[in-house]
Amino acid sequence: MGQLLLGLINGSFYAVLSLGLAVIFGLLNIINFSHGAQYMMGAFVAWMLLNYLGIGYWPALVLAPLIVGATGIVLEKVALSRLYKLDHLYGLLLTFGIALIIQGLFRNYYGISGLPYQIPEALSGGQNLGFMFLPNYRAWIVVASVVVCFSTWFMIEKTRLGAYLRAATENPALVGAFGINVPRMITLTYGFGVALAAFAGVLAAPIYAVNPNMGADLIIVVFAVVVIGGMGSIMGAIVTGYGLGLIEGLTRVFYPEGSAVVIFVIMAIVLLIKPEGLFGRAA
Amino acid sequence: MGETLIQTDRVAPSADALLTVSGLNGWYGESHVLHGVEFDVKQGEVVTLLGRNGAGKTSTLCAIMGLLGKRTGSVKLLGTETIALQPRHIARLGIGFCPEERGIFSSLNVEENLMLPPRIAEGGLTVERIYQLFPNLLERRRSQGTKLSGGEQQMLAIGRILRTGAKLLLLDEPTEGLAPVIVQQIGATIRELKQEGFTIVLVEQNLRFAASVADRHCVVEQGRVIDMIPNTELDNNIDKLHGYLGV
Repeated sequence: MGQLLLGLINGSFYAVLSLGLAVIFGLLNIINFSHGAQYMMGAFVAWMLLNYLGIGYWPALVLAPLIVGATGIVLEKVALSRLYKLDHLYGLLLTFGIALIIQGLFRNYYGISGLPYQIPEALSGGQNLGFMFLPNYRAWIVVASVVVCFSTWFMIEKTRLGAYLRAATENPALVGAFGINVPRMITLTYGFGVALAAFAGVLAAPIYAVNPNMGADLIIVVFAVVVIGGMGSIMGAIVTGYGLGLIEGLTRVFYPEGSAVVIFVIMAIVLLIKPEGLFGRAA
Repeated sequence: MGETLIQTDRVAPSADALLTVSGLNGWYGESHVLHGVEFDVKQGEVVTLLGRNGAGKTSTLCAIMGLLGKRTGSVKLLGTETIALQPRHIARLGIGFCPEERGIFSSLNVEENLMLPPRIAEGGLTVERIYQLFPNLLERRRSQGTKLSGGEQQMLAIGRILRTGAKLLLLDEPTEGLAPVIVQQIGATIRELKQEGFTIVLVEQNLRFAASVADRHCVVEQGRVIDMIPNTELDNNIDKLHGYLGV
Protein backbone atom coordinates (compact mmCIF):
# COMPACT_ATOMS: atom_id res chain seq x y z
CA MET A 1 0.00 0.00 0.00
CA GLY A 2 2.83 2.34 0.87
CA GLN A 3 4.44 1.59 -2.46
CA LEU A 4 1.21 2.41 -4.26
CA LEU A 5 1.09 5.76 -2.49
CA LEU A 6 4.68 6.40 -3.44
CA GLY A 7 3.75 5.53 -7.01
CA LEU A 8 0.85 7.97 -6.90
CA ILE A 9 3.19 10.69 -5.65
CA ASN A 10 5.70 10.04 -8.40
CA GLY A 11 2.76 9.98 -10.78
CA SER A 12 1.71 13.43 -9.55
CA PHE A 13 5.09 14.82 -10.54
CA TYR A 14 5.07 12.96 -13.85
CA ALA A 15 1.60 14.34 -14.60
CA VAL A 16 2.37 18.00 -13.82
CA LEU A 17 5.70 17.89 -15.64
CA SER A 18 4.50 16.03 -18.72
CA LEU A 19 1.48 18.34 -18.82
CA GLY A 20 3.81 21.34 -19.06
CA LEU A 21 5.79 19.64 -21.81
CA ALA A 22 2.60 18.80 -23.68
CA VAL A 23 1.29 22.36 -23.46
CA ILE A 24 4.59 23.73 -24.75
CA PHE A 25 4.96 21.15 -27.50
CA GLY A 26 1.38 21.65 -28.65
CA LEU A 27 1.73 25.32 -29.47
CA LEU A 28 5.46 25.85 -29.91
CA ASN A 29 6.40 22.57 -31.53
CA ILE A 30 9.44 22.62 -29.30
CA ILE A 31 10.53 19.74 -27.11
CA ASN A 32 11.48 21.63 -24.00
CA PHE A 33 14.59 19.88 -22.74
CA SER A 34 15.14 22.53 -20.10
CA HIS A 35 11.96 21.40 -18.35
CA GLY A 36 13.91 19.44 -15.73
CA ALA A 37 16.18 22.38 -15.05
CA GLN A 38 13.16 24.65 -14.69
CA TYR A 39 11.62 22.19 -12.22
CA MET A 40 14.87 22.32 -10.27
CA MET A 41 14.84 26.13 -10.43
CA GLY A 42 11.36 26.08 -8.91
CA ALA A 43 12.67 24.17 -5.91
CA PHE A 44 15.74 26.40 -5.64
CA VAL A 45 13.76 29.62 -5.87
CA ALA A 46 11.54 28.36 -3.04
CA TRP A 47 14.67 27.58 -1.00
CA MET A 48 16.18 31.01 -1.78
CA LEU A 49 12.95 32.82 -0.91
CA LEU A 50 13.01 31.12 2.45
CA ASN A 51 16.70 31.44 3.25
CA TYR A 52 17.43 34.90 1.82
CA LEU A 53 14.09 36.67 2.22
CA GLY A 54 12.31 34.66 4.87
CA ILE A 55 9.39 33.96 2.58
CA GLY A 56 7.75 30.66 3.48
CA TYR A 57 6.30 27.72 1.61
CA TRP A 58 2.81 29.00 0.81
CA PRO A 59 3.83 32.30 -0.80
CA ALA A 60 6.66 30.44 -2.55
CA LEU A 61 4.15 28.06 -4.09
CA VAL A 62 2.83 31.05 -6.03
CA LEU A 63 5.95 33.22 -6.29
CA ALA A 64 8.45 30.61 -7.48
CA PRO A 65 6.36 29.57 -10.51
CA LEU A 66 5.85 33.25 -11.36
CA ILE A 67 9.57 34.00 -11.12
CA VAL A 68 10.71 30.92 -13.03
CA GLY A 69 7.88 31.43 -15.55
CA ALA A 70 9.18 34.96 -16.12
CA THR A 71 12.65 33.59 -16.91
CA GLY A 72 10.91 31.27 -19.38
CA ILE A 73 9.23 34.26 -21.02
CA VAL A 74 12.59 35.98 -21.39
CA LEU A 75 14.11 32.81 -22.83
CA GLU A 76 11.30 32.49 -25.35
CA LYS A 77 11.52 36.13 -26.40
CA VAL A 78 15.28 36.18 -26.71
CA ALA A 79 16.07 32.77 -28.12
CA LEU A 80 13.30 30.28 -28.81
CA SER A 81 11.20 32.64 -30.92
CA ARG A 82 13.98 32.68 -33.49
CA LEU A 83 13.79 28.94 -34.03
CA TYR A 84 10.15 28.34 -34.97
CA LYS A 85 10.83 28.30 -38.68
CA LEU A 86 13.55 25.68 -38.29
CA ASP A 87 13.43 21.96 -37.58
CA HIS A 88 12.34 20.68 -34.13
CA LEU A 89 15.88 19.59 -33.56
CA TYR A 90 17.13 23.15 -33.09
CA GLY A 91 14.67 23.88 -30.30
CA LEU A 92 15.65 20.63 -28.66
CA LEU A 93 19.35 21.43 -28.88
CA LEU A 94 18.89 24.96 -27.58
CA THR A 95 16.77 23.94 -24.60
CA PHE A 96 19.13 21.06 -23.85
CA GLY A 97 22.08 23.46 -23.85
CA ILE A 98 20.19 25.90 -21.61
CA ALA A 99 19.43 23.06 -19.20
CA LEU A 100 23.13 22.18 -18.97
CA ILE A 101 24.05 25.82 -18.37
CA ILE A 102 21.44 26.28 -15.63
CA GLN A 103 22.39 23.04 -13.88
CA GLY A 104 26.07 23.94 -14.15
CA LEU A 105 25.50 27.36 -12.62
CA PHE A 106 23.55 25.98 -9.69
CA ARG A 107 26.11 23.23 -9.16
CA ASN A 108 28.82 25.84 -9.10
CA TYR A 109 27.17 27.92 -6.38
CA TYR A 110 25.34 25.32 -4.31
CA GLY A 111 27.21 22.06 -4.85
CA ILE A 112 25.48 18.75 -5.36
CA SER A 113 24.92 17.64 -1.79
CA GLY A 114 21.34 18.89 -1.57
CA LEU A 115 19.83 21.58 0.61
CA PRO A 116 17.16 20.88 3.21
CA TYR A 117 13.69 22.42 2.96
CA GLN A 118 11.24 21.93 5.80
CA ILE A 119 7.74 20.62 5.30
CA PRO A 120 5.40 23.50 6.15
CA GLU A 121 4.02 23.22 9.65
CA ALA A 122 0.40 22.91 8.59
CA LEU A 123 1.24 19.80 6.61
CA SER A 124 3.67 18.04 8.92
CA GLY A 125 2.58 14.85 10.63
CA GLY A 126 0.16 12.43 9.11
CA GLN A 127 -2.93 10.30 9.47
CA ASN A 128 -3.10 6.72 10.56
CA LEU A 129 -5.58 5.15 8.20
CA GLY A 130 -5.46 1.82 9.97
CA PHE A 131 -3.96 -0.12 7.10
CA MET A 132 -1.21 2.44 6.50
CA PHE A 133 0.28 5.72 7.67
CA LEU A 134 -0.45 8.66 5.35
CA PRO A 135 1.89 11.65 5.73
CA ASN A 136 -0.11 14.85 5.30
CA TYR A 137 2.42 16.41 2.96
CA ARG A 138 2.23 13.48 0.55
CA ALA A 139 -1.55 13.68 0.47
CA TRP A 140 -1.22 17.40 -0.25
CA ILE A 141 1.05 16.71 -3.24
CA VAL A 142 -1.54 14.44 -4.79
CA VAL A 143 -4.38 16.91 -4.17
CA ALA A 144 -2.40 19.92 -5.43
CA SER A 145 -1.29 18.17 -8.59
CA VAL A 146 -4.79 16.91 -9.37
CA VAL A 147 -6.18 20.44 -8.93
CA VAL A 148 -3.49 21.98 -11.12
CA CYS A 149 -3.84 19.32 -13.82
CA PHE A 150 -7.62 19.58 -13.88
CA SER A 151 -7.55 23.40 -13.98
CA THR A 152 -5.09 23.36 -16.85
CA TRP A 153 -7.13 20.81 -18.75
CA PHE A 154 -10.29 22.83 -18.14
CA MET A 155 -8.65 26.05 -19.26
CA ILE A 156 -7.38 24.54 -22.48
CA GLU A 157 -10.37 22.42 -23.44
CA LYS A 158 -13.31 24.44 -22.15
CA THR A 159 -12.54 28.16 -22.18
CA ARG A 160 -12.30 30.78 -24.86
CA LEU A 161 -8.63 31.35 -24.17
CA GLY A 162 -8.11 27.61 -24.61
CA ALA A 163 -9.97 27.76 -27.93
CA TYR A 164 -7.50 30.40 -29.14
CA LEU A 165 -4.69 28.12 -28.04
CA ARG A 166 -6.07 25.05 -29.76
CA ALA A 167 -6.80 27.02 -32.93
CA ALA A 168 -3.32 28.54 -32.97
CA THR A 169 -1.84 25.06 -32.56
CA GLU A 170 -3.63 24.01 -35.75
CA ASN A 171 -3.26 27.07 -37.95
CA PRO A 172 -1.37 30.01 -36.43
CA ALA A 173 -1.42 32.06 -39.65
CA LEU A 174 -5.21 32.05 -39.88
CA VAL A 175 -5.62 32.84 -36.18
CA GLY A 176 -3.31 35.81 -36.74
CA ALA A 177 -5.44 36.86 -39.72
CA PHE A 178 -8.41 37.11 -37.34
CA GLY A 179 -6.56 39.79 -35.41
CA ILE A 180 -5.21 37.66 -32.56
CA ASN A 181 -1.68 38.27 -31.33
CA VAL A 182 -0.25 34.78 -31.79
CA PRO A 183 3.40 35.54 -30.92
CA ARG A 184 2.34 36.89 -27.53
CA MET A 185 0.18 33.84 -26.96
CA ILE A 186 3.15 31.60 -27.72
CA THR A 187 5.35 33.53 -25.28
CA LEU A 188 2.78 33.29 -22.49
CA THR A 189 2.19 29.61 -23.18
CA TYR A 190 5.86 28.88 -22.81
CA GLY A 191 5.93 30.89 -19.61
CA PHE A 192 2.94 28.92 -18.33
CA GLY A 193 4.50 25.55 -19.18
CA VAL A 194 7.68 26.57 -17.38
CA ALA A 195 5.67 27.81 -14.40
CA LEU A 196 4.05 24.36 -14.18
CA ALA A 197 7.50 22.80 -13.97
CA ALA A 198 8.50 25.25 -11.26
CA PHE A 199 5.29 24.52 -9.34
CA ALA A 200 6.21 20.84 -9.35
CA GLY A 201 9.65 21.87 -8.15
CA VAL A 202 8.24 23.70 -5.13
CA LEU A 203 6.01 20.72 -4.33
CA ALA A 204 9.09 18.50 -4.47
CA ALA A 205 11.36 20.71 -2.38
CA PRO A 206 10.31 19.41 1.09
CA ILE A 207 10.44 15.71 0.19
CA TYR A 208 13.39 15.44 -2.16
CA ALA A 209 16.63 17.21 -1.41
CA VAL A 210 16.89 20.50 -3.29
CA ASN A 211 19.86 19.89 -5.54
CA PRO A 212 20.95 20.91 -9.03
CA ASN A 213 20.52 17.44 -10.50
CA MET A 214 17.03 16.75 -9.19
CA GLY A 215 15.45 17.70 -12.51
CA ALA A 216 17.89 15.85 -14.73
CA ASP A 217 17.13 12.59 -12.93
CA LEU A 218 13.39 13.02 -13.20
CA ILE A 219 13.04 14.48 -16.66
CA ILE A 220 14.19 11.36 -18.51
CA VAL A 221 11.27 9.44 -17.02
CA VAL A 222 8.92 12.32 -17.81
CA PHE A 223 9.96 12.26 -21.45
CA ALA A 224 9.13 8.57 -21.54
CA VAL A 225 5.73 9.43 -20.04
CA VAL A 226 5.13 12.04 -22.74
CA VAL A 227 6.09 9.61 -25.48
CA ILE A 228 3.73 6.98 -24.06
CA GLY A 229 0.86 9.47 -23.71
CA GLY A 230 1.38 11.05 -27.11
CA MET A 231 3.12 14.35 -27.83
CA GLY A 232 0.90 17.37 -27.43
CA SER A 233 -2.09 15.58 -25.89
CA ILE A 234 -3.21 17.32 -22.70
CA MET A 235 -5.41 14.56 -21.33
CA GLY A 236 -2.88 11.97 -22.47
CA ALA A 237 -0.11 13.63 -20.47
CA ILE A 238 -2.20 13.74 -17.29
CA VAL A 239 -3.62 10.22 -17.45
CA THR A 240 -0.36 8.55 -18.40
CA GLY A 241 1.46 10.57 -15.72
CA TYR A 242 -0.63 9.17 -12.88
CA GLY A 243 -1.04 5.77 -14.53
CA LEU A 244 2.65 5.17 -14.97
CA GLY A 245 3.41 6.37 -11.46
CA LEU A 246 1.03 3.73 -10.16
CA ILE A 247 2.44 1.03 -12.44
CA GLU A 248 5.92 1.90 -11.24
CA GLY A 249 4.71 1.59 -7.63
CA LEU A 250 3.07 -1.77 -8.31
CA THR A 251 6.22 -3.06 -9.98
CA ARG A 252 8.13 -2.12 -6.87
CA VAL A 253 5.84 -4.40 -4.87
CA PHE A 254 5.90 -7.42 -7.16
CA TYR A 255 9.26 -7.17 -8.87
CA PRO A 256 11.40 -4.48 -7.22
CA GLU A 257 14.34 -4.98 -9.58
CA GLY A 258 12.13 -3.96 -12.53
CA SER A 259 10.73 -0.73 -11.09
CA ALA A 260 13.46 1.45 -12.53
CA VAL A 261 12.96 0.23 -16.07
CA VAL A 262 9.27 -0.59 -16.29
CA ILE A 263 8.33 2.79 -17.75
CA PHE A 264 10.94 2.45 -20.47
CA VAL A 265 9.77 -1.04 -21.29
CA ILE A 266 6.23 0.29 -21.64
CA MET A 267 7.54 3.09 -23.80
CA ALA A 268 9.22 0.61 -26.13
CA ILE A 269 6.06 -1.46 -26.37
CA VAL A 270 3.86 1.58 -27.05
CA LEU A 271 6.27 2.83 -29.70
CA LEU A 272 6.10 -0.53 -31.43
CA ILE A 273 2.32 -0.85 -31.33
CA LYS A 274 1.09 2.76 -31.46
CA PRO A 275 3.96 5.08 -32.38
CA GLU A 276 1.86 8.24 -31.99
CA GLY A 277 1.29 7.41 -28.31
CA LEU A 278 -1.78 6.18 -26.45
CA PHE A 279 -3.66 9.48 -26.73
CA GLY A 280 -1.80 11.01 -29.67
CA ARG A 281 -3.30 11.80 -33.02
CA ALA A 282 -1.56 10.13 -35.93
CA ALA A 283 0.63 12.72 -37.59
CA MET B 1 3.99 46.92 -66.41
CA GLY B 2 1.59 48.92 -68.50
CA GLU B 3 1.93 47.22 -71.88
CA THR B 4 -0.90 44.78 -71.15
CA LEU B 5 -2.81 47.03 -68.81
CA ILE B 6 -5.99 47.99 -70.56
CA GLN B 7 -8.40 50.65 -69.35
CA THR B 8 -6.26 52.08 -66.60
CA ASP B 9 -8.81 54.87 -66.26
CA ARG B 10 -11.39 52.37 -65.02
CA VAL B 11 -9.25 50.94 -62.26
CA ALA B 12 -7.95 54.28 -61.03
CA PRO B 13 -8.66 54.70 -57.31
CA SER B 14 -11.76 56.64 -56.54
CA ALA B 15 -12.41 58.95 -53.66
CA ASP B 16 -14.90 56.78 -51.77
CA ALA B 17 -12.88 53.58 -52.07
CA LEU B 18 -12.90 51.34 -49.00
CA LEU B 19 -10.03 49.27 -50.34
CA THR B 20 -7.46 50.51 -52.83
CA VAL B 21 -4.85 48.13 -54.15
CA SER B 22 -2.14 49.58 -56.37
CA GLY B 23 1.13 48.27 -57.73
CA LEU B 24 0.83 45.21 -55.51
CA ASN B 25 3.62 42.68 -56.00
CA GLY B 26 3.79 39.46 -54.04
CA TRP B 27 6.10 36.51 -53.56
CA TYR B 28 5.70 32.98 -52.24
CA GLY B 29 9.24 32.27 -51.16
CA GLU B 30 11.29 32.73 -54.32
CA SER B 31 8.44 32.76 -56.79
CA HIS B 32 7.05 36.10 -57.84
CA VAL B 33 3.27 35.58 -58.12
CA LEU B 34 1.73 39.05 -58.20
CA HIS B 35 2.97 41.60 -60.71
CA GLY B 36 1.36 44.93 -59.95
CA VAL B 37 -2.26 44.22 -59.03
CA GLU B 38 -4.49 47.32 -59.26
CA PHE B 39 -8.13 47.56 -58.26
CA ASP B 40 -10.36 49.29 -55.79
CA VAL B 41 -13.56 48.45 -53.97
CA LYS B 42 -16.11 51.04 -52.93
CA GLN B 43 -18.11 51.02 -49.76
CA GLY B 44 -20.98 48.53 -50.05
CA GLU B 45 -19.82 46.95 -53.30
CA VAL B 46 -19.44 43.28 -54.14
CA VAL B 47 -16.44 42.86 -56.42
CA THR B 48 -15.20 39.55 -57.80
CA LEU B 49 -11.76 38.51 -58.83
CA LEU B 50 -12.27 36.20 -61.80
CA GLY B 51 -9.62 34.20 -63.57
CA ARG B 52 -8.22 30.82 -64.35
CA ASN B 53 -6.51 28.51 -61.91
CA GLY B 54 -3.17 29.93 -60.91
CA ALA B 55 -3.93 33.43 -62.19
CA GLY B 56 -3.20 34.97 -58.79
CA LYS B 57 -6.68 35.45 -57.30
CA THR B 58 -6.06 33.67 -54.01
CA SER B 59 -2.59 35.19 -53.80
CA THR B 60 -4.16 38.63 -54.16
CA LEU B 61 -6.47 38.01 -51.19
CA CYS B 62 -3.59 36.58 -49.14
CA ALA B 63 -1.44 39.57 -50.06
CA ILE B 64 -4.19 41.96 -48.92
CA MET B 65 -4.24 40.13 -45.56
CA GLY B 66 -0.45 40.23 -45.37
CA LEU B 67 -0.22 36.45 -45.47
CA LEU B 68 2.16 36.18 -48.41
CA GLY B 69 5.85 35.82 -47.63
CA LYS B 70 6.66 39.21 -49.07
CA ARG B 71 4.67 41.99 -50.69
CA THR B 72 5.37 45.47 -52.05
CA GLY B 73 3.21 48.23 -53.49
CA SER B 74 0.22 49.71 -51.74
CA VAL B 75 -2.89 48.33 -50.05
CA LYS B 76 -5.00 51.07 -48.50
CA LEU B 77 -7.91 50.27 -46.26
CA LEU B 78 -10.10 53.28 -45.46
CA GLY B 79 -7.14 55.49 -46.27
CA THR B 80 -4.71 53.61 -44.00
CA GLU B 81 -1.65 52.16 -45.74
CA THR B 82 -1.27 48.55 -44.63
CA ILE B 83 1.66 47.34 -46.68
CA ALA B 84 4.05 47.27 -43.72
CA LEU B 85 1.58 45.88 -41.17
CA GLN B 86 1.31 42.39 -39.65
CA PRO B 87 -1.79 40.32 -40.56
CA ARG B 88 -3.27 40.76 -37.07
CA HIS B 89 -3.08 44.54 -37.35
CA ILE B 90 -4.55 44.47 -40.86
CA ALA B 91 -7.45 42.34 -39.60
CA ARG B 92 -8.09 44.81 -36.81
CA LEU B 93 -8.61 47.60 -39.33
CA GLY B 94 -11.85 45.83 -40.25
CA ILE B 95 -11.24 42.90 -42.61
CA GLY B 96 -12.79 39.46 -42.23
CA PHE B 97 -10.99 36.70 -44.12
CA CYS B 98 -12.52 33.42 -45.29
CA PRO B 99 -9.75 31.30 -46.80
CA GLU B 100 -10.10 28.93 -49.73
CA GLU B 101 -9.52 25.82 -47.61
CA ARG B 102 -12.11 27.28 -45.18
CA GLY B 103 -9.82 26.95 -42.20
CA ILE B 104 -12.27 25.24 -39.85
CA PHE B 105 -10.42 24.12 -36.72
CA SER B 106 -10.79 20.41 -36.01
CA SER B 107 -9.98 20.72 -32.31
CA LEU B 108 -12.83 23.23 -31.84
CA ASN B 109 -16.54 22.53 -32.00
CA VAL B 110 -18.84 24.53 -34.25
CA GLU B 111 -19.70 27.12 -31.64
CA GLU B 112 -16.07 27.57 -30.61
CA ASN B 113 -15.15 28.03 -34.26
CA LEU B 114 -17.92 30.58 -34.61
CA MET B 115 -16.84 32.50 -31.50
CA LEU B 116 -13.12 32.35 -32.25
CA PRO B 117 -12.44 35.56 -34.21
CA PRO B 118 -12.38 38.40 -31.69
CA ARG B 119 -14.61 41.43 -32.04
CA ILE B 120 -12.64 44.16 -33.80
CA ALA B 121 -15.34 46.81 -34.18
CA GLU B 122 -18.90 47.68 -33.29
CA GLY B 123 -21.77 46.56 -35.43
CA GLY B 124 -21.08 42.88 -36.11
CA LEU B 125 -24.00 40.51 -36.50
CA THR B 126 -25.32 38.87 -33.36
CA VAL B 127 -24.88 35.13 -32.93
CA GLU B 128 -28.66 34.73 -33.18
CA ARG B 129 -28.65 36.49 -36.54
CA ILE B 130 -25.84 34.25 -37.81
CA TYR B 131 -27.73 31.14 -36.71
CA GLN B 132 -30.77 32.58 -38.47
CA LEU B 133 -28.74 32.94 -41.68
CA PHE B 134 -27.32 29.42 -41.29
CA PRO B 135 -29.77 27.31 -39.28
CA ASN B 136 -27.67 24.17 -39.86
CA LEU B 137 -24.96 25.62 -37.66
CA LEU B 138 -27.32 26.01 -34.71
CA GLU B 139 -28.37 22.39 -34.98
CA ARG B 140 -24.80 21.17 -35.06
CA ARG B 141 -23.19 23.66 -32.71
CA ARG B 142 -21.74 20.96 -30.44
CA SER B 143 -20.22 18.96 -33.30
CA GLN B 144 -16.53 18.98 -34.06
CA GLY B 145 -15.92 21.69 -36.67
CA THR B 146 -14.49 19.42 -39.32
CA LYS B 147 -17.29 16.85 -38.94
CA LEU B 148 -19.63 19.20 -40.82
CA SER B 149 -20.39 18.76 -44.51
CA GLY B 150 -18.45 20.91 -46.97
CA GLY B 151 -21.38 23.32 -47.32
CA GLU B 152 -21.83 23.65 -43.58
CA GLN B 153 -18.11 24.26 -43.12
CA GLN B 154 -18.33 27.02 -45.71
CA MET B 155 -21.27 28.58 -43.85
CA LEU B 156 -19.29 28.38 -40.63
CA ALA B 157 -16.25 29.96 -42.27
CA ILE B 158 -18.40 32.86 -43.52
CA GLY B 159 -20.53 33.06 -40.39
CA ARG B 160 -17.65 33.44 -37.98
CA ILE B 161 -16.32 36.60 -39.67
CA LEU B 162 -19.75 38.29 -39.56
CA ARG B 163 -19.69 38.54 -35.77
CA THR B 164 -16.48 40.54 -35.58
CA GLY B 165 -17.67 43.89 -36.85
CA ALA B 166 -15.44 43.64 -39.95
CA LYS B 167 -16.96 45.70 -42.75
CA LEU B 168 -14.88 44.27 -45.59
CA LEU B 169 -15.13 40.53 -46.21
CA LEU B 170 -12.63 38.64 -48.34
CA LEU B 171 -14.22 35.37 -49.49
CA ASP B 172 -12.05 32.91 -51.37
CA GLU B 173 -14.11 30.63 -53.65
CA PRO B 174 -16.97 30.04 -51.23
CA THR B 175 -18.79 27.86 -53.79
CA GLU B 176 -15.92 25.55 -54.66
CA GLY B 177 -16.98 21.91 -54.68
CA LEU B 178 -20.46 22.53 -53.26
CA ALA B 179 -23.82 21.22 -54.44
CA PRO B 180 -25.94 23.64 -56.53
CA VAL B 181 -28.57 24.07 -53.81
CA ILE B 182 -25.86 25.09 -51.30
CA VAL B 183 -24.32 27.44 -53.87
CA GLN B 184 -27.72 29.13 -54.18
CA GLN B 185 -28.00 29.46 -50.44
CA ILE B 186 -24.57 31.06 -50.23
CA GLY B 187 -25.47 33.38 -53.11
CA ALA B 188 -28.63 34.47 -51.26
CA THR B 189 -26.55 35.06 -48.13
CA ILE B 190 -24.05 37.22 -49.98
CA ARG B 191 -26.86 39.36 -51.42
CA GLU B 192 -28.33 39.69 -47.94
CA LEU B 193 -24.96 40.73 -46.52
CA LYS B 194 -24.67 43.36 -49.23
CA GLN B 195 -28.07 44.65 -48.13
CA GLU B 196 -26.75 44.89 -44.60
CA GLY B 197 -23.95 47.12 -45.83
CA PHE B 198 -21.02 44.69 -46.00
CA THR B 199 -18.39 45.25 -48.66
CA ILE B 200 -17.23 42.01 -50.23
CA VAL B 201 -14.31 40.87 -52.37
CA LEU B 202 -15.06 37.47 -53.83
CA VAL B 203 -12.67 35.14 -55.59
CA GLU B 204 -14.58 33.01 -58.07
CA GLN B 205 -14.18 30.67 -60.98
CA ASN B 206 -17.92 30.15 -61.41
CA LEU B 207 -19.02 32.97 -63.71
CA ARG B 208 -22.72 32.33 -63.32
CA PHE B 209 -22.47 32.52 -59.57
CA ALA B 210 -20.30 35.64 -59.78
CA ALA B 211 -22.84 37.32 -62.08
CA SER B 212 -25.65 36.58 -59.62
CA VAL B 213 -24.07 38.47 -56.71
CA ALA B 214 -21.50 41.02 -57.89
CA ASP B 215 -21.45 44.67 -58.95
CA ARG B 216 -18.16 44.45 -60.81
CA HIS B 217 -15.74 41.81 -62.00
CA CYS B 218 -11.98 42.21 -62.04
CA VAL B 219 -10.27 39.77 -64.38
CA VAL B 220 -6.99 38.44 -63.03
CA GLU B 221 -4.36 36.92 -65.26
CA GLN B 222 -0.69 36.23 -64.59
CA GLY B 223 -0.68 38.16 -61.36
CA ARG B 224 -2.38 41.32 -62.67
CA VAL B 225 -5.87 42.71 -63.00
CA ILE B 226 -6.16 42.92 -66.80
CA ASP B 227 -9.74 44.05 -67.16
CA MET B 228 -12.73 45.29 -65.18
CA ILE B 229 -16.30 44.63 -66.25
CA PRO B 230 -19.35 46.06 -64.46
CA ASN B 231 -22.01 43.42 -63.92
CA THR B 232 -24.49 45.50 -65.90
CA GLU B 233 -22.27 45.23 -69.00
CA LEU B 234 -21.69 41.53 -68.54
CA ASP B 235 -23.84 40.46 -71.50
CA ASN B 236 -21.95 42.68 -73.94
CA ASN B 237 -18.64 41.33 -72.71
CA ILE B 238 -19.54 37.71 -72.27
CA ASP B 239 -17.46 36.45 -75.20
CA LYS B 240 -14.44 38.40 -74.06
CA LEU B 241 -14.88 37.00 -70.52
CA HIS B 242 -15.19 33.45 -71.78
CA GLY B 243 -11.95 34.06 -73.61
CA TYR B 244 -10.25 35.22 -70.40
CA LEU B 245 -11.54 32.27 -68.43
CA GLY B 246 -10.92 29.76 -71.20
CA VAL B 247 -14.42 28.32 -71.12
